[in-house]
Amino acid sequence: MIPTPDSFGQFDYDMAHLLEGTVLLFSFALLYQRRLYAVIQTYTAQALTVAAACFWQAHVQHSADLFATGIVTLLAKGIGFPWALTRIAARTHAAGSVEMSFGVFPSLALGLFLACLALLVVMRIPAGAALTRETLAMSLSVLLLGLAMMTTRSSAITQTIGFLSVENGLSLAAIGVPGMPIVVELSVAFLVMVAFIVFGIFFFRIRAQFDSLELHHLDRITEAPE
Amino acid sequence: MNSPILIALFGLIALALHVTVLAIGAPWLLGYSRCLQARLQGRRGPPTLQVFRDLTRLWRKESMLAENASSVSQIAPLVVFAASATAALLVPSFALGLSTGPASDLILIAGLFSLSRAASALAAMDVGNWFGGLGVSREFLLAFFAEPVLLLVFFTLNLVAGSTNLDHIAELLRTGVLGLRLSLGLALAAMITVALTEMGRLPIGNPSTHLEVTMLHEAETLEFSGRELAFIEAAAMLRFFTWLALLAAIFAPFGIAPAASPFDWPLGLLSFGAKMLLLATALVFFEAGVARMRIFRVPELLGIALMLSMLAVLFLFVSEGYT
Repeated sequence: MIPTPDSFGQFDYDMAHLLEGTVLLFSFALLYQRRLYAVIQTYTAQALTVAAACFWQAHVQHSADLFATGIVTLLAKGIGFPWALTRIAARTHAAGSVEMSFGVFPSLALGLFLACLALLVVMRIPAGAALTRETLAMSLSVLLLGLAMMTTRSSAITQTIGFLSVENGLSLAAIGVPGMPIVVELSVAFLVMVAFIVFGIFFFRIRAQFDSLELHHLDRITEAPE
Repeated sequence: MNSPILIALFGLIALALHVTVLAIGAPWLLGYSRCLQARLQGRRGPPTLQVFRDLTRLWRKESMLAENASSVSQIAPLVVFAASATAALLVPSFALGLSTGPASDLILIAGLFSLSRAASALAAMDVGNWFGGLGVSREFLLAFFAEPVLLLVFFTLNLVAGSTNLDHIAELLRTGVLGLRLSLGLALAAMITVALTEMGRLPIGNPSTHLEVTMLHEAETLEFSGRELAFIEAAAMLRFFTWLALLAAIFAPFGIAPAASPFDWPLGLLSFGAKMLLLATALVFFEAGVARMRIFRVPELLGIALMLSMLAVLFLFVSEGYT
């Protein structure tokens, strides 16, 4: 188990991994933040880091496609979505609301458990695949943490942010594969955009109906008695 | 130049120089940080050398102990100082391969910090002043969370470098063969949190307070005066210095000189001084921007640090080179 010094990576590779690790850290931060604005800011930081990772891969792989993906990521996820989320939060008077998530320790324990799960899955993949195991482990962890955020949060906006961070995990894996066609990336980005618009409409609808963005109100909806 | 006797001799001389650096650098660095902190708060602040004057003043003063103080009160300050000084001696400053090099084990350093903490707790509780007990309970609440983090960080370093010897680790990291590892980045973040806790700096504790609700380390020193207080204060200075030196040795080992080649020492001293000055300045600027946390939220912060250190270990196992 003792590493040989020359098996440790080159600077290009190390830098990419540091950026991916930063994305994962922001995922953990998303899981336990209490205030809505803090959640939005953490999401923004995560999306900007994904964009930075994308530009770094574009630089390393000399790929114009990845550069374009990076610009799309930066404009849509790093600037557009946070701006829209902040506006929605302000319009629905949810800004500054304090949402009790799980609490720090249970959230972190859950997050760590999911990261371990991702690692256990990835350990079965033989080394030397198209995607390095570290990248795969990290993007899978980001994805699982996003799903955990969607299930543990009670407000619609934070659940949406969980959804968006799942997508961040996906793009993290996508940009790590050399030669990923830009069509795939763009169609995923487009789908997320559409989903975001649907979510936006949904926010205003439940807000108008229940005067709140807490999703447990939806439980009260029952079918009309026949 | 390669004879073992010469190498041993240079190791000894470098060790003497290291002790000098500690004796002058540790109080000076604390004085510098206090002075800078005062400037940032818009005060003129005490001169940098005030710390030396305080120490000599305390040394000359008569020490007063409570009537019911046992011999613990007399011995414990010495133990606190001795443990901190030994730990400071083991963390390399400007050169690697000092005569103490083979003993500079990370686990040993963590143990010496614990010994110093235990002695200081005993001293604080000896007289039965409830302030002391309060301080001890807080101190141990934080130590309970901080120590596993520190050990996990050391575990990570051990896995990366194949040894817990600080000399060996610093040498390996200095050559840069390990590259930028994600695990090292996570370990750095965790270690900074532990360092802030152990030094009792903001946002965890405030070293310049004597307000009941905010005291951490200070509550333990209330019963002491004169020479005993001088020992305890000197130990605090050494701890401050040691933690910064530990961070510098592990995560910024640039320019650190081998003890066997004395011509590299000036460069080593210069780079070490620059690193410590930079770290202390960064710490003070960071402190100027944050508020103190509630004591019961500190475990949450340390819980995050614990998670970071666990991730550091976990990601080491999937990284390249661990097949």
